[in-house]
Amino acid sequence: MSELLNLESGRKLAALVAILAALVLAPFWMPLLGGYTALGTRVLVLGLAAMSVNFLLGFTGVLSFGHAAWFGIGAYGCGMILKFIALSTPLGILAGTLAGGLAGAVLGALIVRRRGVYFAMVTIAFGQVFYYIAFQWSSVTGGDDGLRPFYRQPLHLGVATLDILNDATAFYYFVLVCFVLAVAAMAFILRSPFGRTMLAIRENERRARFLGIPVELHIWIAFTLSCFFMAYAGSLYALVNNFADPRGLHYSQSGDFVMMAVMGGMRSFWGPLLGAIVFVVFQDYVSSVTINWQIFIGFLFVLVVLFFPRGLLGFLQQRRGA
Amino acid sequence: MSLLQVKNVSKNFGSLLAVNDVSMTVEPGELRAVIGPNGAGKTTFFNLISGFLTPSAGRIIFDGDDVTHLLPARRVWRGIARTFQITEVFPELTIRENLRIAVEVAGGYRLRMWQSRDADSEVRASVVDLLEMSGLTEKADRLVGELAHGDQRATEIMMALALKPRLLLLDEPTAGMGDQETYDITQLIRKLHRERKLTIVLIEHDMRVVFHLADRIMVLDQGKFLAEGTPQEIAANEAVQAAYLGKVAA
Repeated sequence: MSELLNLESGRKLAALVAILAALVLAPFWMPLLGGYTALGTRVLVLGLAAMSVNFLLGFTGVLSFGHAAWFGIGAYGCGMILKFIALSTPLGILAGTLAGGLAGAVLGALIVRRRGVYFAMVTIAFGQVFYYIAFQWSSVTGGDDGLRPFYRQPLHLGVATLDILNDATAFYYFVLVCFVLAVAAMAFILRSPFGRTMLAIRENERRARFLGIPVELHIWIAFTLSCFFMAYAGSLYALVNNFADPRGLHYSQSGDFVMMAVMGGMRSFWGPLLGAIVFVVFQDYVSSVTINWQIFIGFLFVLVVLFFPRGLLGFLQQRRGA
Repeated sequence: MSLLQVKNVSKNFGSLLAVNDVSMTVEPGELRAVIGPNGAGKTTFFNLISGFLTPSAGRIIFDGDDVTHLLPARRVWRGIARTFQITEVFPELTIRENLRIAVEVAGGYRLRMWQSRDADSEVRASVVDLLEMSGLTEKADRLVGELAHGDQRATEIMMALALKPRLLLLDEPTAGMGDQETYDITQLIRKLHRERKLTIVLIEHDMRVVFHLADRIMVLDQGKFLAEGTPQEIAANEAVQAAYLGKVAA
């Protein structure tokens, strides 16, 4: 049996190495398939956002339909630092992450008693509040035009300067490092005793409660962590675009993230990244052909949900297991 | 001192009086069965003790402290663990993972986002002990949702036991089981009672199980206290016979 376990963990390690290798080498193999480096950067950031949504959805069993709010606050926070306060990329990321994460922590405390559809509805409502603030408060946020101009700043690493503004490949690797740090933190938490209480709540809230887990507290912590990851992804997104857009806070953006997570496979750790790859690449190609690209994404989503209820990655894993 | 004192508790749902002025005292080390015809209020009574419901009237004293209005999780921290009539486990996790969560919560690790090697191996060892005691070792790495009902129930009991409770509440532990499963679970409960000196209160329909296990029996009927005594006394009690046989006659 221990051989079986070793086989299983060996497989996981091999998959991890393969994923990392593919990401590290992406600037070299993507152009061969007609891709370009900036597309890879977008995939990483949106994939991180989808994984953050799934941290809550897939591993705690709580569906937030307003997570774009924390993503958007992260983007505006980062952008405002760069535009108004200091020309520092790390400071922008830090500020954006804190702003979105703390906002999520405060609002999360108000809603953790809600469950299921009610929780989803309340998160939509809160998300829309932030959307309208960003949309209406033109003097600060730039309103409908978005927040601009600001630019991500080259990184000064003591001995050398990494020009992430003009060198797309350098920026890709910068985002990849940021991505790996966040994903490692997520994986670490999910493997901890706290992470297992999240699974317990997902699996059976009543049993969790009668094991002595204060369910509301644990959901709040998981929600807050997820908001911090989300805001961090949002900060990076502001750097990707050199622009923060009120539509980044809209509930339809939240819906896109949920769609990526569900399409990729919400019970698997890497599923949402696969979902983001499919979503972003599909969007990139189809939107160059027709402006009605969302119809095709929607169609694809329906197909996946109907025929692969465990998502694309869940389906692939099942086939391999069989 | 008595471990559990339930004093004159009542619970009504609207105009339905599910539990009507019932009292019960359980001594440390005792195995108490609560029996009664369907609709007697047994499960509601259990829910009041475990904190799933709060009484409309009356008090619940556990180990000298009033726990009447404590939240379920807090009652667990004080040492009251329970199982449910319809088994409540974590179906998409393995038995080992189910038990591990219970052991970690009981060990006070539930908020830790990292775990030292020592603490981790301690937890693993406790899980192995629980598996061995329950005879589930061979199935430890299978998903609980895929197992037979009896194994799921045993997993649930072992999860409750992992909490190191001072009072274990079992709601119909043999419900829906075949003869062999019923026998196995009965043996497991007997072992916990005899070897671990665990105080247990259980609801049970199967009279063979009740008379085999219980030190004392309390009988409820239509939400009210009907009788209490040793198995021999209860078997000879006319009011109890009337309550059960009356159902059949009617």
